[in-house]
Amino acid sequence: MTHLPFVAASYSLAVLVLGGFGIGAWLRMGAAQRRLAAIDPRRDRGEPR
Amino acid sequence: MSVRPVDAAQTSNAIPAGGWSLHRFANPGRFLRLSGKVLPWLTIPAILLTVTGLGWGLFFAPADWQQGDAVRIMYVHVPSAWLASAGYFGLAVCSLLSLVWRHPLADLAAVEIGPVGAGFTALCLASGSLWGKPMWGAWWVWDARLTSVLVLLFLYLGHIVLVRAFDDPVRGYRAGSILALVGVVNLPIIKFSVDWWNTLHQPASITFMGSSTMDASMLWPLFISAIGFTLAFAAIVVARLRAAVMERRIRGLQMVRAGSR
Repeated sequence: MTHLPFVAASYSLAVLVLGGFGIGAWLRMGAAQRRLAAIDPRRDRGEPR
Repeated sequence: MSVRPVDAAQTSNAIPAGGWSLHRFANPGRFLRLSGKVLPWLTIPAILLTVTGLGWGLFFAPADWQQGDAVRIMYVHVPSAWLASAGYFGLAVCSLLSLVWRHPLADLAAVEIGPVGAGFTALCLASGSLWGKPMWGAWWVWDARLTSVLVLLFLYLGHIVLVRAFDDPVRGYRAGSILALVGVVNLPIIKFSVDWWNTLHQPASITFMGSSTMDASMLWPLFISAIGFTLAFAAIVVARLRAAVMERRIRGLQMVRAGSR
């Protein structure tokens, strides 16, 4: 029995987990940055956030 | 619903004057500035080292004389197993900071570590199962190591559910912290399960004190993969924590606006 399907499946899962969490976190951070920039009053006053 | 203070202007008074303590990072503005600088230094090495470690393990590391190519699953399984336990330890430290010192960012950090740790634990179990089938002839055995890691996954899932189960988030953080601290007892059980019980899972090949039983041609890609996974875990948690801090500030501003109408 060849082991390659098991190896391929485990590496695919690793890419899925790392990529999924990574892209998810990046998108969530970008969305939060945009929403905060749109409503933060300190931005208008030029104060550091 | 009560929202804990995270506004930089509100929390700046709580910082000890000139003190280099953990409470310096209770200020969300300071945390956002610092994490914004640190994040690229975590993310870029994480991607490079993970790709190098996994690529080396998959294409260039030698096959095992007994296990053949199935040994290549090790470069996914071992780093994810290490991070399943290390992530839970991080969750427990944040829970301790939250319960004892009421550190406002520790609550958020614990909430953000939970799903990431659960994902890496699920990856550890799935890759272990994919390794077990060709080697042991079974996808799963109720072996002490496998069972204790399954309990770890349930602890993560319990924490994820518990912190979101209350209308008052502070009560959720407290309940989640207690669960996380009680669950720490599982970490030494996972580590020493292969020594304390007669298990199908092999004992540790790499020890802190003794020499490794693994050849350097396999040890190096494993080491690089483990560092890459660790940096990736840290980068993901920091990015999620940055998003959570900003989302909390957005909610706070929206509540202030709603109250002023």
